[in-house]
Amino acid sequence: MPDLLIELFSEEIPARMQAKARDDLRKLVTDGLVEAGLTYASAGAFSTPRRLTLTLDGLTGESRPVREERKGPRADAPAAALDGFLRSTGLSLDQLERREDKKGGVTLFAVLQKPGRPAAEIVAEVLETTIRTFPWPKSMRWGNGSLRWVRPLHSILCLLVDEAGASVVPLTIDGITAGNTTAGHRFLSPARFPVTSFDDYAVKLKRAHVVLDSAEREAAIWQGATNLAFAAGLELVPDPALLAEVAGLVEWPVPLMGRIGADFLHLPPEVLQTSMREHQKFFSGRNPRNGRIEGFVTVANTETADHGATILKGNQKVLSARLSDARFFWENDLRVAKAGMGEWLDGLKAVTFHNKLGSQADRIARIAALARHIAPLVGADADVAHKAASIAKADLRSAMVGEFPELQGLMGMYYAREAGLPEAVAKAARDHYSPLGPTDTVPADPVSVAVALADKIDTLTGFWAIDEKPTGSKDPFALRRAALGVIRLILSNALRLDLRALRQVADNAFAASVKSADANDESLLSFFHDRLKVFLKDQGLRHDLIDACLAMPGNDDLTLLVHRAQALAAFLKTEDGPNLLAGFKRANAILTQAEAKDGVEYSYGADLKFAETDIERALFAALDLAQTTITPGLQTEDFAAAMSAMATLRTPIDAFLDATQINSDNPILRRNRLNLLHRIRAICSGVADLTKVEG
Amino acid sequence: MTLTAPTPPRSFQEIILRLQSYWAAQGCAILQPYDMEVGAGTFHPATTLRSLGTKPWAAAYVQPSRRPTDGRYGENPNRLQHYYQYQVIIKPSPPDLQDLYLGSLRAIGLDPALHDIRFVEDDWESPTLGAWGLGWEIWCDGMEVSQFTYFQQVGGHDCRPVSGELTYGLERLAMYVLGIDHVMTMPFNDPQSPIALTYGDIFRQTEEEYSRHNFDGADTAQLLRHFEDAEAECQRLLDFAPEDPKSGKRIIMAHPAYDQTIKASHLFNLLDARGVISVTERQAYIGRVRALAKKCADAFRLTEAGKDAEVAA
Repeated sequence: MPDLLIELFSEEIPARMQAKARDDLRKLVTDGLVEAGLTYASAGAFSTPRRLTLTLDGLTGESRPVREERKGPRADAPAAALDGFLRSTGLSLDQLERREDKKGGVTLFAVLQKPGRPAAEIVAEVLETTIRTFPWPKSMRWGNGSLRWVRPLHSILCLLVDEAGASVVPLTIDGITAGNTTAGHRFLSPARFPVTSFDDYAVKLKRAHVVLDSAEREAAIWQGATNLAFAAGLELVPDPALLAEVAGLVEWPVPLMGRIGADFLHLPPEVLQTSMREHQKFFSGRNPRNGRIEGFVTVANTETADHGATILKGNQKVLSARLSDARFFWENDLRVAKAGMGEWLDGLKAVTFHNKLGSQADRIARIAALARHIAPLVGADADVAHKAASIAKADLRSAMVGEFPELQGLMGMYYAREAGLPEAVAKAARDHYSPLGPTDTVPADPVSVAVALADKIDTLTGFWAIDEKPTGSKDPFALRRAALGVIRLILSNALRLDLRALRQVADNAFAASVKSADANDESLLSFFHDRLKVFLKDQGLRHDLIDACLAMPGNDDLTLLVHRAQALAAFLKTEDGPNLLAGFKRANAILTQAEAKDGVEYSYGADLKFAETDIERALFAALDLAQTTITPGLQTEDFAAAMSAMATLRTPIDAFLDATQINSDNPILRRNRLNLLHRIRAICSGVADLTKVEG
Repeated sequence: MTLTAPTPPRSFQEIILRLQSYWAAQGCAILQPYDMEVGAGTFHPATTLRSLGTKPWAAAYVQPSRRPTDGRYGENPNRLQHYYQYQVIIKPSPPDLQDLYLGSLRAIGLDPALHDIRFVEDDWESPTLGAWGLGWEIWCDGMEVSQFTYFQQVGGHDCRPVSGELTYGLERLAMYVLGIDHVMTMPFNDPQSPIALTYGDIFRQTEEEYSRHNFDGADTAQLLRHFEDAEAECQRLLDFAPEDPKSGKRIIMAHPAYDQTIKASHLFNLLDARGVISVTERQAYIGRVRALAKKCADAFRLTEAGKDAEVAA
């Protein structure tokens, strides 16, 4: 059982591509080997900036022989059919087997024996295919070659290792011949060296200043950086994405700690962090006593005789230049902010949001009006909400957001404070873009909620009006995210909003030429419902339960809708739930059939006086009793109470259906019983349309 | 090739001179700057046009570059509307281009044994040239000091073979090597010279003048006219039949037409700095320049310097 070691050594692979590349390498090679008839015990894939490595343990030495049987034409088939079969199998007529079939004819069979093939041969083929079809997000050619790789590929190491020792798998791709050597760190240990196994490889690499495993590099970086920060009285700000990226930029990580110049400490911490992370890939060190960002950790890829002093000095200098820019932006922005941000708001008149939907200033005016309308519905002060919406996007014109677009909103908060605006307005500036996904924080402050809703509803209504709806995988204006944002804002704040009416109000704010031809059409509401289903499905709520509730009145009130669906889901988890559902479906089936046959709806009301049996009378009584709870339950939206009252009907309904012939010969009794079934249907349909529930 | 650590350079021009002699030693033809206003060294026909076709090519040169929107009246420590790029272009890209590049850093005093040199992903794309490539920006101690690109396409043509392109931002690189905080205080010639000149002695005044010109002075109506003229002239030159009646030779005017592309590109940059191009128009202008660049590339591919060598397939 040999082991396999593969290393693809190239110029620097982009950090962001490494994780997927090592998974792809493992998958492509192992799938290819397995498909060719080899098996293996375990696989491990690794990446550094300059190499992708795969190790397989316990590979079979050769593939199993395969016997394949193929049915051919009948022996008396036309010559053309026979020739075709011989060609496709590569056999001659006398090599075919003749077998009698049931009808007494003779059918030809080809029995193909594929002998087992040595692992080396298969590995060479699979590796070549893998390299030639590797799914890099972007790949390139270099020099005179035609091979594509993420950056120039320099060498291939491909070894099969068994008890007898290591042997190179013979393989040449575009002039690169596989061998048994690799190189160490670009500067610290550049020499090439041979290896004899994965263990030998990993050990020698470490000696040559390369930590092969990115998880080990990440751990070393985090540990080293944390220690440095601790020694400086700071705590490191966690940043897993940055950690993964930095681990993809170094083979030999050496964290170095520096201090931020006193001139920059007054900048907002987010500005310092963003500037350091985006431009320099530095970790931020926070002073736990005051929350300020006061230090940084950079991760070098090398050790130097001066223990990184020159490197740190250089990094410090670059950082100072960067932060000087940031400070310059901040100070200029403060001047505009303190003057009320009018300069930015004027500037937004010249910025096109969308050529059909007007400028950013037009959009802000619409959002402000809509926020004023929404405010009382969410418990916010209308004037404050209007003001907040009016300035929430002013920071888009600030120099800081121009440099760091990801700080939009956050800078708006700082600048609103500088403008002397109320804290609720400042927070709304920060939070009105939220939520941006299925899991991030949802604003709860009423003013923020009003502005956040207005922002998203205006966007959705506008793009709906100009028919720029998402299609398939295309959603260039992130409308799915906007709809999910509305859904989460409503649900997490338990808001009772009439989305149809809000769309009307939003649509009216657009110019006549833009407005929806029919703002009453249900397509936007259906879009919300589809997003809601996806969202609730992720939370484990069944899709059919939502459909059952969508059929009920008030389905544009998402809080009510979800409330219904949750009550229904809870009810179906009780023992009575599925039984009542079955009883309902039984009653409904009989009723529906009769109604279809008779062409009438049996909604006249059943009369107790035509009840024949105690069982029938008991059902009347049970329905009367249940209704005393169900009706007020529905009125107060206490769906749980309504449904537990429905559950009491399970026994009398079952008894009735078991003991009674609905389609009695007596037309009066039949009609009365059908009317009684109708009553069951009406009562059971108070919370949701149970016909839509599966099971 | 083991270089003993050279003495640190003392001036801006010494860094340029060292790069020139280093790349000359690697076999590059040391060209002179192109005599037109360009936004980057890539625009020099020695890079754009010569990266097309199969003929081997190796050149290095300094290219004064203009970015009108970057003017700061000479006040910003490292932003200039006129600056220098050092450009190296080698076709086909040699397998040891990274090592050659690192050698050039050693030559100007950046020893990788003491500094942290990193190749950080940076894909290059020039929408105006219809060109793209993959490569890196090179960081030295966290500072971007060069761009390194393997050209994949130029003027809409696939590059076969692929050229390797190196671009050094000279002022920024030199400021780092020399330990200078403000570009205007950087020694241009040797500070021990009888007449020592700083970068500011030479360029502060021009930065002021051109900043005013770019932002306020340039006549936009005239620039727009010139843009149209350059566009029309480019097309007109390409429309000539290849046969030249006077010399009797086949002469396609690919370079003169390309000059008009360069001109149109710079005029567009000036119009942009004057703030008279809206966001939507911007894309349209870029598209027009790209259309010219593509036509020039098409034409160059039909010339002696740009055609594919006849090789058996």
